Amino acid sequence: MELFISQLINGLNTGSIYALVAIGYTMVYGIIKLINFAHGEIMMFGAYFAYLFAFSLSFQLPFLVVIVLSMFFAAILGILIERVAYKKLRKAPRISALITAIGMSLFLQHLAQLIFGATPYVMKPLVDTTPITILNFDISRLTLLTIGLSILFMILLTLFVYKTKPGKAMRAVSQDKEAAILMGINVDNIISLTFAIGSALGALGGIFYAMTYSQIYPTMGVLPGLKAFIAAVFGGIGSIGGAMIGGYLIGIIETMTKAYISSKWVDVIVFGLLIVILLFKPSGILGKNRKEKV
Amino acid sequence: MMKAKVKTIKEFLLDPRFVNYTLIASIFIVMFTLIQFQLVNRYIYNLLVMVLIMIVMSTSLNIATGFLGELVLGHAGFMGIGAYTAAIIGIALRPYIGADLLLFVVSAIGAMTLAGIAGLLVGTPALRLRGDYLGIMTLGFGEIVRNLITNLSSITNGAQGLAGIPRIMTFPIAFWTTVLIVSVIFLFMNSRHGRAILSIREDEIASESVGINITRYKLIAFVLASMFAGIGGAMFAFKEGFLAPVSFNFLKSVEIFVIVVLGGMGSLSGSIVSSIVLVFLPEYLRDFKEYRYLLYSSILVITMLYRPKGLMGTKEFNFTQFKASVSRVVTRLKTRFRKGRDH
Amino acid sequence: MKKLLLIVSVVLLSATLTACGQTDDTVRLGVIGPLTGQYSMYGLAVENGAKLAAKEINAAGGVLDKDIDIIAYDSKGDSTEGVNAYNRLRDQDEIHALIGGTFSSVTLAIKGLAVQDNIPILTPTATNDTVTLDAPNVFRACYSDSYQGSTAAIFANTELNVTNAAVMYNRDDAYSQGLAQAFMDEFDARGLSYDRFEFGAQDDDYSALLTNIKDGSYDAVFLPAYVAEVGAILTQADTLGLDLPFIGGDGWDGIEADYADVANGFYFANHYSKTDEASNVQDFVVNYTAEYGEAPNALAALAYDAVYAMVEAIENADSLEADDLVTALSNLNFLDGVTGPITFDENGDPIKSITIIQVVDGVHEVFAKVEAGDE
Repeated sequence: MELFISQLINGLNTGSIYALVAIGYTMVYGIIKLINFAHGEIMMFGAYFAYLFAFSLSFQLPFLVVIVLSMFFAAILGILIERVAYKKLRKAPRISALITAIGMSLFLQHLAQLIFGATPYVMKPLVDTTPITILNFDISRLTLLTIGLSILFMILLTLFVYKTKPGKAMRAVSQDKEAAILMGINVDNIISLTFAIGSALGALGGIFYAMTYSQIYPTMGVLPGLKAFIAAVFGGIGSIGGAMIGGYLIGIIETMTKAYISSKWVDVIVFGLLIVILLFKPSGILGKNRKEKV
Repeated sequence: MMKAKVKTIKEFLLDPRFVNYTLIASIFIVMFTLIQFQLVNRYIYNLLVMVLIMIVMSTSLNIATGFLGELVLGHAGFMGIGAYTAAIIGIALRPYIGADLLLFVVSAIGAMTLAGIAGLLVGTPALRLRGDYLGIMTLGFGEIVRNLITNLSSITNGAQGLAGIPRIMTFPIAFWTTVLIVSVIFLFMNSRHGRAILSIREDEIASESVGINITRYKLIAFVLASMFAGIGGAMFAFKEGFLAPVSFNFLKSVEIFVIVVLGGMGSLSGSIVSSIVLVFLPEYLRDFKEYRYLLYSSILVITMLYRPKGLMGTKEFNFTQFKASVSRVVTRLKTRFRKGRDH
Repeated sequence: MKKLLLIVSVVLLSATLTACGQTDDTVRLGVIGPLTGQYSMYGLAVENGAKLAAKEINAAGGVLDKDIDIIAYDSKGDSTEGVNAYNRLRDQDEIHALIGGTFSSVTLAIKGLAVQDNIPILTPTATNDTVTLDAPNVFRACYSDSYQGSTAAIFANTELNVTNAAVMYNRDDAYSQGLAQAFMDEFDARGLSYDRFEFGAQDDDYSALLTNIKDGSYDAVFLPAYVAEVGAILTQADTLGLDLPFIGGDGWDGIEADYADVANGFYFANHYSKTDEASNVQDFVVNYTAEYGEAPNALAALAYDAVYAMVEAIENADSLEADDLVTALSNLNFLDGVTGPITFDENGDPIKSITIIQVVDGVHEVFAKVEAGDE
C-alpha cells in the first residue's frame, strides 16, 4: 500500500507536467482546430530558456523570476510561430495546416540543435531537492513544487477563461469565429493570446520536465509532446478541464505500468488507449459530442 | 485487326505507351551499363536502390493520402511489418533457396500479405474517422508497431536489431520491382476503381449518392497502400542486411509523407521526382550537417504556405504537355529576346 | 511518368561523375561513434584519441611511408546510422581498416557486413562478448563484458558485502545487457540474490523503478549504463531519497563532469585511471589535455591505443591488404599501451587488468586494481 501511494505520487508528478503541456494542445485545437505539433518543441525551448536564465547570467536570478521570464519568452515564440506559419493557412484545407505544423516541429528541433548543439545540457534542479517526510512518505520537494505550481496555474487559467473579458472572447472565438467577429472581437489578437497562454504553460511543463529528469536536448519535447497530446484527446480535445484530467490520468497510467507491469509496455498501452478512445469516444471524457469531425 | 489503322512511324514513336516503355528500358540500360562497367561506386549504387525503395514507399502512400485524401502518419509501421517479415522469411529460407530473385519474391509475398492484413485490421475501424483524427490514429498505430517489434525480441532481436539478412537487393531486382509496383498503381488509379476512389476524395456524399461503396473503396485503397509498403519494407531489409526498430519510427513516416506532399498529393510522377530529389539532396548537403534538416523542414513549411498542392499538384507528367510547355517557354523567350533587340 | 526518367538520368550521371576513386597515398582508418547527441562524449573521445595518435605517428614519419588519415562518421549511438556510416566508409572512402564502432550495439550491427567485406576491425571500446565471436577479422582493445561484469560482482560481494543486489539496466542496449547478465551470472554462481529492473532507451522517467528499488531490501544497485542515463538516474534517486551505493561499469567514465554531487562515493570499473603514475599514461594525459583542453577519459585512451596497435600491425604486415593485416593483428604483441599491453586471444580479445574507481569529490580515486588472470 505504501509502495502504491509512493508510485501514485510519482504518477501525479509526471501527470502534472503532461497536464500543463496538454492545455496548450487543447486550447489551440479549440480555437483554430489545429493539432499544433510544434507544441512539444515550445516545451523544449522553454526548458532551454530556463537554463539560460538560470546559469548563463553573471548573477543569480530567483527561481520564480527564471520561470516567469522563460514562460514569457516561450509565449512570444508561440505567437511568432502562429503568425509566421499558421495564420495564412486558417482557411486552407486542414491537412495543409497539419503538415505545416509537422514542418514547424522539425524546424524548431533542428534550430535548437543548431543553436545549442545536440549534446544535452545538464539541468540542475533550481530548488532544494531533499525529500521531506509527510505521513511516513518521503516526497521530493521538487515533486511537491511541480504538482503545486501546476495546479496553481491551472486554477489561474480557469479563472481567466471563465471570469475575464478576454477569456470570454476566447470562448466565443472557439465556438463561432464568424459570430465573434460580428460581436467586435479581434480574432487575430485572441488567437495570439491563446498561443501565448498555451506556450507559456507548455514552457512551464518543459522546465519541470528538465529539472525532474535533469537533461535538456533538442528532441526532448517529442515524446512528452505526443503523450500530452494523447492526454488532451483522452480528456476531450478542446476542453481545458479535460486536458488536466487527461494529463493526470496518462501520467498515473504510465507510472503504474512501469511499476507493476514493465516499462516495455508503457508506449503500447498509452498509444493503444489513444486508438481505443478515438474509436469509441472520440470526444474524450469531457468533450462535447460533435457530429462530424472533419 | 486487319482494319486497324496503320500508324506512321512518327505517330508510333510519339505514342505515350511507346515513350514510356522506351524510357524505362533505356534508363535501365544506361544504369545497368554504368554499373556493369563500374562507373557507379557502391555508395551511389546503394543510394540508387534507396531511391527505388522510397519511390515504392511514396507512390504507395499516395494511394491513401493523395488519391483517397486521407492523412496517414503511420506508413513506416507497414514498412516495418514488411521489412521484418521479409527478413525473417529470407533468413529462414536462405539455405534452401539459392536464387536471389526467387528468395526475394517469396519473402516479398510474405511481407505483402502480412502488411496487407495489418492494413485491413487497422483500416476497418480507422476509416470511420476522418481528417486529423485518422492521422493521429495511424500515428498511434505506427508507434505500436515499432514498440511491438522492439518488445517481441525473441523473433526480432529487439532494439539491438536483426542482423544477418541476406543482402540480395541488387539494382535490377529493385528496379523491376519498382516498375511493376508503380505500373500496377498507375493502372489501378486509372481504372473504374481508381476513379471511384478519386471521387471519394472530391466529394464523399456525392460519391455515395451515385452508388459508390465508400467504405469498401476506402478499405481497398488503404489495404493496397499497406501491401505495397510491405514490399518496400522487404526491399529495404534486403538492401540493408540489418534492421532495427528505430528505422520505422514516426520520423520515417513523416519523411515518406513529406515526399508525397512535395511531389503533389495525387501525382505518381511527382512522388517519383521528389523521391529522387529527397534521397540525393540530403546526401549532397551532408557538408552542411545541421543546416540540411533546417532546410528540409523549411521547404516543407514554405511549400505548404505558397504551393500547397506540391510540385506536380494532382497532375501526372505528360510527354505531349511537356513538349507543349517547353515550346511555350521557348516562344516566350524568343519574343522577349526579339523585343529586347527592337528597343 | 517520364520527366522523372530524364531527371533520374541527369542525377545519376552527375552522381557518377562526382564519384572519384581514392588515391592510395594515405592509410585510411575509419572511426564510427556517436559524435552528436546525448552519447556524443564517447564518440568524440574516441575520435580525439584516434586523431591524437594519428597526428603523433604522422609527425614521426607515418607508416609504410604514408600518412594516416582518420575518417570519423557519426552513428548517433544508433545501429542503423552506424550501418550507414560503415557503408559510406567502405564505399566512398575505401578505408583499409576500422577503429570502431564505439558502442557494442553499433559494432554488432556492422560486424556481419565487415566479415563479408573482409575489412579488419579493431574496436577500441565495444565490450559485448559476442563482438569478436565468429569473426576472424574483428579484434578489440578493451576487455569484454563478462570479465568486467563478473569482476564488478566479485567486487560488490567481497569489498562491499553485497548479498542482495538490484540490477538496473537498459534492455535496448547490448552493452548494458551484457554487463548485467555477467553480474547476475556471477551472483548466481555465488548463491547470492538479486532482482532485475529494466528500462528502455527512450525513457526519461525512472522514478517508478527507483521507487520499487527503494521499497525492496537491497544492499546496492548495479547500474551498467552510459553517463547520460546514469546521471539522470542518480539525480532522480537522489530526489527520491534512495540512499544505496551504486556500482557501474566503464560507461560511467566522465560522470564526475556534470554529476559529481549525485555520484559521490559510488564505484565503477574502468580501463585505466587518469591518476595512474606510469610515464606513458602521464605523457598521454598531458598531450591530450594540451590538444583538446580537457583530460582524456578511458575511451580516448583506448582509441589512442587502438590506433597505435593497428599501426604496429600494419608495420609488421608491411602491407595494407586485409588478409595480411588480420594475420598481423592476431600475432600482435603491443606492449606500451596506455591502458595496458595488448595481445589477442584466439577470439581477438585482449587480456587486461581492471581498475575499480571511486568517485570522491569529483575526482577518480583508484579503489582497487584487479590484474589480468586473477579473478
